[in-house]
Amino acid sequence: MNDVLNIVTIICILVITISITLLLYRVVKGPTNPDRAVALDAIGINLMAAAGLVAILLPTTRLNDVILLIGILLFIGTIALAKYLEKGVIIDRDHD
Amino acid sequence: MVKSNDLILRTMTVLIAFILFGFSVYLFLAGHNAPGGGFIGGLMTSAAILLMYMAYGYEAVNKVLPINYRSLISIGLLVAVLTGVGSFVFGQPFLSQTFDYFYLPILGKTELATALLFDVGVYLTVIGVTLTIILSISEDR
Repeated sequence: MNDVLNIVTIICILVITISITLLLYRVVKGPTNPDRAVALDAIGINLMAAAGLVAILLPTTRLNDVILLIGILLFIGTIALAKYLEKGVIIDRDHD
Repeated sequence: MVKSNDLILRTMTVLIAFILFGFSVYLFLAGHNAPGGGFIGGLMTSAAILLMYMAYGYEAVNKVLPINYRSLISIGLLVAVLTGVGSFVFGQPFLSQTFDYFYLPILGKTELATALLFDVGVYLTVIGVTLTIILSISEDR
């Protein structure tokens, strides 16, 4: 039973690695900047999945905080990128 | 400057900032026995405040949170030094720490360590430094 879990987890990690590689291709090649932003967002989601799978592989619960943390930082980073692409400023100031 | 209509971002910020504050307090208190501590708790709190700055703009958040982040740095350092100096009162070396078990109303038997007070200093200093850097960079003139 444990062997099956390990094999399935390793296969999932390999699939996620392929997915991250294809997304890296989109980051490098992407014609416009929003393409790169969306690809980086998806890479972050794949990293969350990879952290969860590694937490299964070395049986530990210490990585659960890391998964939540990656999600939060990813959200804030994507919002900052989107605001920069949309308006050119990240923190609005109305001093004019 | 054209007023933008960020309804979805602002509504989500109201919800997510609370989750971020709760998670940062959890990380701060969990630091003794689990991953976490003052540094990452402070970073999460400043991430929540930064999210509010990004959604609502500089002046609105300054009205809600009228905190001078530069003075927060010195308050944090002062707390950290005072917890070190406080061990002189009991005739112990600098920065020595102790813990004891107390019965709190809801939590039951709880271990309270004086290392938490040092962590409060780290927490406040990290918030102050991070937000000072970010807000002074975002000043565009």
